[in-house]
Amino acid sequence: MSRGARPDRTRRRLLAGAVAVGCGVVWRPALALSEVLSGTLRGYTGGAPTREGKVNFDIAPLVENGNTVPITVTVDSPMTAADHVQAIAVFNEKNPQREVIACKLTPRMGRASVSTRIRLATTQQLVAVARLSDGSHWTQTVDVVVTLAACIE
Amino acid sequence: MKARGAAVAWLLACAAALAQTTPANTRRSGFETMSPRIQAMQRDDQQNPGMLWVADGEVLWNKIFGISFSCASCHGDARKSMRGVAAHYPDWDPIEKKPLDLTQRINLCRTRHQQVLPLPPESEEMLGLEAYVAYQSRGMPLTPSPARELDAPRERGRRLYEQRIGQLNLSCSLCHDKLPGHVLAGATIPQGHVNGYPTYRLEWQGMGSLQRRIRNCLSGVRAEPPPFNSDEMIELELYLAQRSAGMALETPSVRP
Amino acid sequence: MARSLIHAPATARKGEVVEIRTLIAHPMETGYRAGADGRTLPRDIIRRFACRYNGEVVFSADLYPAISANPYLAFSVVADASGTLTFTWEGDNGFAQTESATITVS
Repeated sequence: MSRGARPDRTRRRLLAGAVAVGCGVVWRPALALSEVLSGTLRGYTGGAPTREGKVNFDIAPLVENGNTVPITVTVDSPMTAADHVQAIAVFNEKNPQREVIACKLTPRMGRASVSTRIRLATTQQLVAVARLSDGSHWTQTVDVVVTLAACIE
Repeated sequence: MKARGAAVAWLLACAAALAQTTPANTRRSGFETMSPRIQAMQRDDQQNPGMLWVADGEVLWNKIFGISFSCASCHGDARKSMRGVAAHYPDWDPIEKKPLDLTQRINLCRTRHQQVLPLPPESEEMLGLEAYVAYQSRGMPLTPSPARELDAPRERGRRLYEQRIGQLNLSCSLCHDKLPGHVLAGATIPQGHVNGYPTYRLEWQGMGSLQRRIRNCLSGVRAEPPPFNSDEMIELELYLAQRSAGMALETPSVRP
Repeated sequence: MARSLIHAPATARKGEVVEIRTLIAHPMETGYRAGADGRTLPRDIIRRFACRYNGEVVFSADLYPAISANPYLAFSVVADASGTLTFTWEGDNGFAQTESATITVS
C-alpha cells in the first residue's frame, strides 16, 4: 500500500535516495532482490528495514498460464491484539505496474493467510511483505517462470 | 549425442505406438496434465471459477423468459431431468434432420417451445445454461448417441480431424494423437479430450465452449476457423465426443 | 449485480478459526490491453474488498490490475459471536456490490 499519493517522478527520486542510504540495512536473502523490487519495497515500508522470514509466499515456480496464478501468502503470527500482522502486500517486477494486492489484517482473522489469483505478464520476481504490529517488516521473494498458451484466439 | 539419439528413438517409438487414435486404456484427461494447484482449482467447487457460470445457469433455468415459460416449467428439477443429457451430445434432431450440440439443443427449446429468441453463441447466458445442464452429468461417462444417422456426419468429422490444414499444415491428429505430453511453445500438448466443456480456460479468464477452443487451435495452425455452429464444427464435435467416449465428464473443468 | 459465490460456514464453535472463500464475476480489465481496434481498453477493475463481521472490518484488500478476472479471495475469521458477515466489493465505473452470510456461533 503506498503511503500517500506522490507523483511517480518525485517518488522515484525519493526511492533512489532511500535505496542508496538504506541498502546496507537490508539483510540480503539467499534470493537476491532485484533493484526494481528493492525500490518498491522501500517505498512501501517508508525506508524501514525489511527482513526475510516469517512470510511464506506460496506460488508455483513454473506456471502454466500467467493469466490466473493461484497464490497464498501466510505469515507466522499468533494474531493476538498484542502480536499480529497488520498488513500484507505483494509486488511484482515486470508487470505494467508493481502493485498486486495490499491487504489490511486484524487479530479477528485468527490466522494471517490470504489466497487469491494473480496475473503475471512474464517470467519475473515477486515479493510478499508483511507489516507486524510491532512495526517490523518481513518479506519473502520468489522467482516465477511463466509459460504462455500455444493456441490462442 | 547419445541422449539425443535415445530421445529420438523414444519419440519415434511413441509416434508408432500412437499411430492411429489413442487407445482407450491410454487416454488421459487434460486434468491429469495440469499442475496440482490448477487441479485443486477445478476439484474444489468453492474455488472453481466455472461455478459462477453454473450458478448463473441455475438462475436462467428457473427464469421465465418474456411471456413464455422457464426451462423448469417443462423439465422440472434439472438435477433429475438433465442427469445424463449432456453426456450423449451431440445428438441427432429428427425434426431438423441434422446433428446438433447441446447449445443448439438449448436454442431449439427456446425457439420451438419457449417462443423466445435464441441465445448468441458464446454469450454469457448460453455458457451459463450449458454449464448448468452439463454440470448435472458431472462424473458420468461420455456416452455418444447410437443414432445411426450420426454415423456419416461423425465420419466426416473424423476426416476433418485427420486432415492437415492451415499455413502450418498440421492436423489435429498429429499433435493430439501422436505427440501428447510433448511441449509446444512452453505448453504441454494434451490429448485433446472433450470431457470438460464448457470449460474455464485460464487463457480466456472466462468460460468457453468446445467450439471456441477448437477455433483457438485452428488459429494456432493459421487456418481459417469455420463459423460457429457450421456443419464442420458440429461434425468435428461429434467425432471428438466419440473419441472421448467413456471418459468422465468434468464440467465445469478448468484448463490452462 | 455480478454473480458471486461465498463460502462461509453457517455454524461454528466459539473461538474457531473459519475459512471464508469468495468469488465474484468481474472482467478486471487492466487498462493495459488493446482492443480489436488497437486502442487501449479503459481500466475496469474491482479496487477494494472488505469483510465486516457484525459491522466491524475484519479483513480488507486493495486490488490492482494484477488480480485475475473473477477475483478469488480466501481468508479466515475467528468465530467469536453469532451475527452477520458482510462482504463488499467496490470498483471502477461505480461498481459496488454487497453480499452477506449469517453465522451462528455456539
